[in-house]
Amino acid sequence: MKRTISVLVENKAGVLSRVSGLFARRGFNINSLAVGETEDPAVSRMTIVSDGDEHTIEQVEKQLNKMIDTLKIKRLEDSSATRRELILIKVGAGTHQRGEVIDIARVFGAKVVDISTTTLTVEHSDRPERIDLLVDLLTPYKIKEVARTGTVALEKGAGTIGYKPKKD
Amino acid sequence: MITGAQALVAALKKQNVNIIFGYPGVAICPFYNELSASGIRHILVRQEQNAGHAASGYARINGRPAVCAATSGPGAVNLITALATAYMDSIPLVAITGQVSSDLLGRDVFQEADITGAAEPFTKYSYLVKDPADIPRIVNEAFYIAGTGRPGPVLIDLPIDIQQAEFDETDVPDAQHLPGYNPTTKGHKGQINRVVSAIKRAKKPLLCIGGGVISANAQNELRTLCETAGLPAVSTMMGLGALPTTHSNYFGMLGTHGHPYANYAVQQADLLIIIGARVGDRAVSAPEALGRRAKIVHIDVDPAEIGKNLGTTIPVVGDAKTVLDQLTQTGAKANCGIWMDDLDDHRRLYRPDLDPRPNGGINPKGFLRTVSLAMENDSIIVGDVGQNQTWTAGNIMMRGGKFLTSGGMGTMGYSIPAAIGAKLADPQRQVVAVCGDGSFQMSMCELATAVQHNVPIKIIVMNNHSLGMVLEYQTQQYNGNHFAVELGSSPDICALAAAYGIPSRCVTDDSQTDEAIRRLLDQPGPALLECRISPDEASR
Repeated sequence: MKRTISVLVENKAGVLSRVSGLFARRGFNINSLAVGETEDPAVSRMTIVSDGDEHTIEQVEKQLNKMIDTLKIKRLEDSSATRRELILIKVGAGTHQRGEVIDIARVFGAKVVDISTTTLTVEHSDRPERIDLLVDLLTPYKIKEVARTGTVALEKGAGTIGYKPKKD
Repeated sequence: MITGAQALVAALKKQNVNIIFGYPGVAICPFYNELSASGIRHILVRQEQNAGHAASGYARINGRPAVCAATSGPGAVNLITALATAYMDSIPLVAITGQVSSDLLGRDVFQEADITGAAEPFTKYSYLVKDPADIPRIVNEAFYIAGTGRPGPVLIDLPIDIQQAEFDETDVPDAQHLPGYNPTTKGHKGQINRVVSAIKRAKKPLLCIGGGVISANAQNELRTLCETAGLPAVSTMMGLGALPTTHSNYFGMLGTHGHPYANYAVQQADLLIIIGARVGDRAVSAPEALGRRAKIVHIDVDPAEIGKNLGTTIPVVGDAKTVLDQLTQTGAKANCGIWMDDLDDHRRLYRPDLDPRPNGGINPKGFLRTVSLAMENDSIIVGDVGQNQTWTAGNIMMRGGKFLTSGGMGTMGYSIPAAIGAKLADPQRQVVAVCGDGSFQMSMCELATAVQHNVPIKIIVMNNHSLGMVLEYQTQQYNGNHFAVELGSSPDICALAAAYGIPSRCVTDDSQTDEAIRRLLDQPGPALLECRISPDEASR
């Protein structure tokens, strides 16, 4: 089962390599990992999607927590989190197929962001399951290239990860 | 204005560092130049790995992070084994490595190695310094990280230009900035109460002591809890000596090479209170089965250890010293007289194999028991790795001293450099390194270090002219197909000792050992005793 873990880390050199190294050497799976700055430029947020049983995910959390650069960690349940992924997908679509691809994109609320005589590039941001569905539906049109960001997520409602910087 | 190297020396002095184990090279020369007039003693080892092991021995006796230093490239890479060894056994080290000039990083220049990258899995934390003004803060943080929480090695990699660069030190703060590092020391009160009621309800409670008790310096607190609560205890190899071997509540060392009565206790217990132990595979071979039979309380300063190898009924995160004291304060008492009697019967019935060999030769177990009894109560025995480790751990009598060994990593060659470090940390205490002829040859170059710096360690070489542990394994697992385990008769160990200027003696028969041990311990300087044993001697 896929689980989403939100991790606040110090925004400094080497942190990403420490996190990915940790997953590799402890034999944990990473389905996706997205990282970017937060409202505080000294802090980055990593959203990690990993699969494993309860014991494995608990270990992932503990090992991540143990890292000196980790500030706060929280597991986000699918039902209580807004999860999004961005995809750019370039499909083969000449004059005859353009209309069909544009129709599919429209159903998803996706945008066509680039066009050539033989291809269309579709951009879409949605829940990861919906992104998978979009890919499935576009597969018959010969997918040339795909770029996905990996999932980012925030808790629904007023709740946050609850990190309060400690005063030095 | 001061240079990075001057800032480093000043920061080390601020941490009260008075000894560094190291081996210089060009990339660390600015630091060494400042070190020369610093008043900090430098112990020049013969290979960088041994600088790390010596610092490990020093830290285990001194209780504070110890410092080792090496140059860039091969010097730094040679340190890795020692860092990994210290990491596995939670020993606080601060390792300082030289690095090529920061503008050349990544170009694969002469003696460049990505040491922070390579050592990442084996360090608690590491720094690649990019600005000399960061040095005061980084050194302050490195000692704090290495020595607190679950101790471990921290690496500081210093490019040569950063060591040379000048900066204005007047308004440079050294305050730590570690927003993500908050080790827990005190056990959660609710969890402590749960442990207490589990102790009250248990018919067969058992404490299982790990190295965490020793690294927290919690021997007294452990003893007090055992005595006031009336709890029996076993130890892992790393926990050896936390309770005196002769204590009535102590029921031996568990594990593959442990005492049968200790393993019996673990198998029969209905409540296992594990303190500062990882539940490693050498200690507990089938943790799942154990978890099904008994309630498990796991007390550890590192939350990530709890539940890693063994399902836990009651987790308690905290420092062993604090938590043991918290438990004693509750006034909890176990009600397990019948269980203690049963354990006592098993302990009494155990007949260790200590008798002299009828056909000559030396019984290594009896010999090591005799060595430990001939030493003073607070003395330090440093065990190496191989059969010698199991003979030593299984048979020495601990009466307030310390047993140091590479438990987690099982690094051969640990004992001689670690003994040098231990002796320098406390020159008043007797220090004996026990190694095999295999492990001896992995770090025999350090005999020169002991002589040059006049470190009066005693070395015992259990010589069976083979790699006994593997030989025994091949006997059992591969129908006696002994391959690549015979070391032959070279070198002549006593002649080698003489070449280093170390007095030595070789014993071949049990009748000679008492007198030889006495003479070894009475030697004023470094001394060596070679003990010839049969390659057929079993580990157990």
